[in-house]
Amino acid sequence: MLRKEVTENEGEKVIQGNEACAEAAIHAGCRFFAGYPITPSTEIIEYMSEAIFKNDGMFIQMEDEISAMCAIIGARWGGKKSMTATSGPGFTLMQEALGYGVVSETPVVVVNVQRGGPATGQPTFSSQQDIYQAKYGSHGDYEIICLTPSSVQEMYDFTIKAFNLSEQYRTPVILLADEIIGHMRERVSIPDSVEIEEKEAIEKCDEPFRRDKNHVPYAVDFFKGCNILVEGQLHDEKGRRIGHLADKSGQFIQNITRKITDNCAELTDIRHMYIEDAEILLIAYGSVVRSAERAVKTAREKGIKAGLIKINIIWPFPEKEIFRLAGHIKTVIVPEMNMGKYCREIERCLKQSKVISAPKLGGNIHQPSELAEIIEKEAALSYE
Amino acid sequence: MNSLLEKYIKKESLPYIFCPGCGNGIVLNAMIYAIEALGIKDDTACVSGIGCSSWIPPYLNMDVMHTIHGRAIAFAEGLKLSQPDKNIIVFTGDGDCLAIGGNHLLHAAKRNINITVIMINNYIYGMTGGQKSPTTPIDAKTKTSPYGAIDNPIDGCGVAMSAGATFCSRWTTGHPNQLKKAIQEGIAHNGFSFIEVLSQCPVQAGKSIFKERDPWKIIQYIRKNSTITSVWEDEYKEDKIRLGNFKKETDKREYCEKIITLKKRMKQE
Amino acid sequence: MNISIDDNYCKGCEICINACPKDVFAISQKRNKYGTLIPCVAEKENCIACKLCEIMCPDGCINVETEV
Repeated sequence: MLRKEVTENEGEKVIQGNEACAEAAIHAGCRFFAGYPITPSTEIIEYMSEAIFKNDGMFIQMEDEISAMCAIIGARWGGKKSMTATSGPGFTLMQEALGYGVVSETPVVVVNVQRGGPATGQPTFSSQQDIYQAKYGSHGDYEIICLTPSSVQEMYDFTIKAFNLSEQYRTPVILLADEIIGHMRERVSIPDSVEIEEKEAIEKCDEPFRRDKNHVPYAVDFFKGCNILVEGQLHDEKGRRIGHLADKSGQFIQNITRKITDNCAELTDIRHMYIEDAEILLIAYGSVVRSAERAVKTAREKGIKAGLIKINIIWPFPEKEIFRLAGHIKTVIVPEMNMGKYCREIERCLKQSKVISAPKLGGNIHQPSELAEIIEKEAALSYE
Repeated sequence: MNSLLEKYIKKESLPYIFCPGCGNGIVLNAMIYAIEALGIKDDTACVSGIGCSSWIPPYLNMDVMHTIHGRAIAFAEGLKLSQPDKNIIVFTGDGDCLAIGGNHLLHAAKRNINITVIMINNYIYGMTGGQKSPTTPIDAKTKTSPYGAIDNPIDGCGVAMSAGATFCSRWTTGHPNQLKKAIQEGIAHNGFSFIEVLSQCPVQAGKSIFKERDPWKIIQYIRKNSTITSVWEDEYKEDKIRLGNFKKETDKREYCEKIITLKKRMKQE
Repeated sequence: MNISIDDNYCKGCEICINACPKDVFAISQKRNKYGTLIPCVAEKENCIACKLCEIMCPDGCINVETEV
């Protein structure tokens, strides 16, 4: 059920990406925040340490990222919408508990403001190197929902969306921002009200993990008479352990993955530009979209039929929609601030096209001119 | 089956997974008696980590969270902060609490958050098959210390108290009534309570530490090698293990209370 | 006084036999469905209803009912 929540804070303002994220979390109903300071996400925990008390929530600075992730899962079962924010190394520490969140079907939001890695890497520089960690970081088979904002406005909007999706699908949702978006100050328009997903927790239910047709279980909280067992082991609809039963375990894994893959159409969020007659296509996500957009416009000015696809939810991979939009396009360029990760997914999806990876390492974003150059080069090749 | 346990235990999940003569069942009994005496079944949730001891709460007909290795206290802190009026009991073992989860113990004790930690110390990693734990005595030959353990064992109560736990006691499975009373007091205590239970593991510790498979004889051995005291001296020289209710500090403020006062103050300003 | 031992869950650890201060329990030749030798109530008259056996039974099998 979507409910309108008044923000009491509407208007245009210039704020930082991390602040926009924290403010959106409060508007989305987040009433528990646990975290550990880490560059470049620290502004979120700083903002929350004040804002959450003002909104009658609970804040705790934990001893590490592991316990921060654990605490938000614990708090969610206590009935409070919860969030944590971190960056690369902290996100790595959270992976085990993130897997627990997936298996126990706990709706929480994890913000990862990406920085350069591996290890300590480049704490103050941006990257998009964590996209596979977001999807495959914890062990075992599971699916995750992951959003990539490309502006401060989207940092606000996607945080609210992340909370709504986590409640709707009863699963952890990752907001995969990066240092550029986190630290950038931009004009944001805060609406007078936002729509937030709220499910009434079921009371005295014997089968709290019974699934609806979308494979999503009931909303359950502690202390509602359900006598629920929240398990890290695989469990059936009653919450009983089934880890020792091969058939039922397989079924459980199917359920937690299918509740995301079967609803992939609903979880697809793609924007596109000049795609109708495009011959060369850029596919981008996150902050790189900004350069890609400029580069496409420059190419158009020069008469090259370039187009852009911007992916807002990178996981689950919107395979069908990308194929529908770009299956016929000959040349596809995938600019990313990593060694070329998402382009592998695109290659798998667009088998007929020439997929070119445009990696950028070192912490700087692609210059629009760099991308325009690649577009021009490819255009020249295709005219030959 | 015991008539009181029928009210608390999910009968369909019986028998317990524990080995014959395991002390975990005794600790579970003591905890159930304590909850019954306080009459707080519906306002209590249990959290546990990984290990033999952490399999205690899944049998309970209550709200239970069986979490990941070492992090039970962190989950419990989140749960407690979101529901400050409820009672949270953490079941953990010597490896879960003092090895992988040591950091969380220190910080929860430091915060003096109102949760009750029951640490069952069987001196060994039982579930994985008898490897050295942080409390394994020196020279004990385990699966991972085939020539005898060389590292000094940790004293859980000492660690918890020095970190700032405001309630601390230690009993054995051979003192079930004292244990029940300690758990009862620990739950009622408004602050971080740490209760260590020395327990018998007749299978793994029995093989490598006590050289004795009879659970009752191990219980007696632990009892004989311990002494009941009410005062905790840091400079303790004797060989015997100290048992008793060591600490109950009531003047230190509890963490959730502090936050609630802070929020009230913020509203007034 | 009624003392019962639940055959279904008893694992034959014999803690009850040792823990009882009045030697009410004894080893029997009876085996349960798992093949475990389970104890029996041998000296019921001796029972003083201290209920130590109830709390000491790790598998919660023993129930001591005192007549009202």
